[in-house]
Amino acid sequence: MQKDIRRLSLILLFAPFALWIVLLILLPHVGMVFLSLREKIAPRVYEFGFANYIEFFNEPIYWNTLVRTGSMSLLVTVLALIIGFPIAYYIAKIAGPRVRGALFLFCLVPLWVSDLIRAFGWILLLRETGVVSNILQWTGLAAAPVEMLYNDVTVVIGLVYTVILFMIVPLASTLDGMDNSMIEAGYNLGGRGTTVLRRIIIPYAMPGIASGCIIVFMLTAGSYLTPILLGGKNSSWFTEQIYDQFITRYNWESGAAFGMLLLAFTSLVVWLGLRLTGQSLANTVTKT
Amino acid sequence: MLIRQRKFDKALLGYRAYVLAFLIFLVSPLIAAGTFAFNDSLFPALPWQGFTLSWFFGDTEPKLGMFYDRRLLSGLYYSFIIALMVSLLTVFIGTCNAFLFVRKDFPGKNFFYILMIVPLVIPGVILGISILVLASSVANGIENRFDYEIGLLRPGIFLVVLGQVSFTTTITSLVIAAKLKKFDITMEEAALNLGASSSRVMRTITLPFLRSAMIAAGIVAFLVSFENFNTTLFLVGSESPLTITMFDRVHKVGSTPVLNAVSFFLMAGSGLLALLSILVQQDKSARS
Repeated sequence: MQKDIRRLSLILLFAPFALWIVLLILLPHVGMVFLSLREKIAPRVYEFGFANYIEFFNEPIYWNTLVRTGSMSLLVTVLALIIGFPIAYYIAKIAGPRVRGALFLFCLVPLWVSDLIRAFGWILLLRETGVVSNILQWTGLAAAPVEMLYNDVTVVIGLVYTVILFMIVPLASTLDGMDNSMIEAGYNLGGRGTTVLRRIIIPYAMPGIASGCIIVFMLTAGSYLTPILLGGKNSSWFTEQIYDQFITRYNWESGAAFGMLLLAFTSLVVWLGLRLTGQSLANTVTKT
Repeated sequence: MLIRQRKFDKALLGYRAYVLAFLIFLVSPLIAAGTFAFNDSLFPALPWQGFTLSWFFGDTEPKLGMFYDRRLLSGLYYSFIIALMVSLLTVFIGTCNAFLFVRKDFPGKNFFYILMIVPLVIPGVILGISILVLASSVANGIENRFDYEIGLLRPGIFLVVLGQVSFTTTITSLVIAAKLKKFDITMEEAALNLGASSSRVMRTITLPFLRSAMIAAGIVAFLVSFENFNTTLFLVGSESPLTITMFDRVHKVGSTPVLNAVSFFLMAGSGLLALLSILVQQDKSARS
């Protein structure tokens, strides 16, 4: 009797989980795999095959876009780490308790504001008639309006801006758990600043670095708004290709294939990152 | 020693300047997006033409305020409905998941736990297209065989809700499970020993303990849904939520300060909600 009740409650609790995972995650992805393996031979006539994937590798524009998206996402990840690490360290180790809370909250504020508004803010600042251009002219540093949108540098800055908080939060929480005496011991033993950083602080922060980098890379490679709005027509971001195939050309078969490729690519990078740093997925995600 | 101290002070000063510069970097686009809402000009750009509220309350063209702009208002309405449904659904499933993974033991638990985490590392674009693909193929199959059209499975509010639920559930599950882990199981045992039925224990002891986490998870889900773009983009029908409407305007038409007014409104709204969720969680720490 007791056992039956326990069983029943387990089934009842498992049902929503199973419905969610099966209907919204597993089946859709299986469907996408099937769709991506369907070749269009004639209108409304299909055959099983790899044509959509072969088309991707035969068309340099397609795989160039994926390579470009991947390498720019890597650059964004590295930049976010370099820029974000000192901030996280300041929050965790240098600021006093009250400043720390305020800074942490401050860093979270843009997280509550949508990507769209943040990208819109950058547009207002950087475009030809924008604030920065105005200031440059006003101070005499530029003679004519300066267009700072629609180039790769701006896209990278915008992306770093969008994702850097996902780097700072796990870093700061990892560094926060570090005992200050470890750093002092390093100095007392005669280590210089760089040695202490390299031999003590960075190894300690490794779990945070791994989780920050993985989340940041995933978000950047999958982002759509920021590259489109700040990069304009020639941003060539891979998610844009997917959108193009699906919505503009209505070629769902190759869109699904592109989607699978993006998923495979980001999963591969996430897996590699986890392997190289010896972290587990569950630990990594719960940190953020 | 004194020289070293002075050198250290200088370094710290430089460090502080860096942190300050970073904070300016963090807020400047938000300030730009918000401030121009009050500029009495047809373009969100300098020079400053004086203060106005007509981008909120103006009822005539060309300065049509956001509260008189039909499309923006309906976008706001749809976003609200979608976010409400998403947060109710995800808090429900998340609570079930929390009990499932914190309280129950069953074969394959670790595997299922990883499955629960996975939606968070799938790019949002992929979630969107995979659900679109599945829903459309089911709808097409039914239409071909039974000649019956299921409107719900065509792009629209229902699919948008499903798409957002697919990954938001992971967030709410993690938040609620973290709280449930802190629960002292002896409290339940005491109540059971005193003769309470297990449903009464759930209602009067366990759920009240979880309430703050459930509210906080609901608020987070609401905000995530309100801001979501990548997944929504592929599932949206004729009823566009606010982010999609806004994106179309930013992207295609160019912008008037009414978009700044919306940005300001949203920033204020999410700021208030964020504050609310912090207050709710502080309430819990004061009591426990």
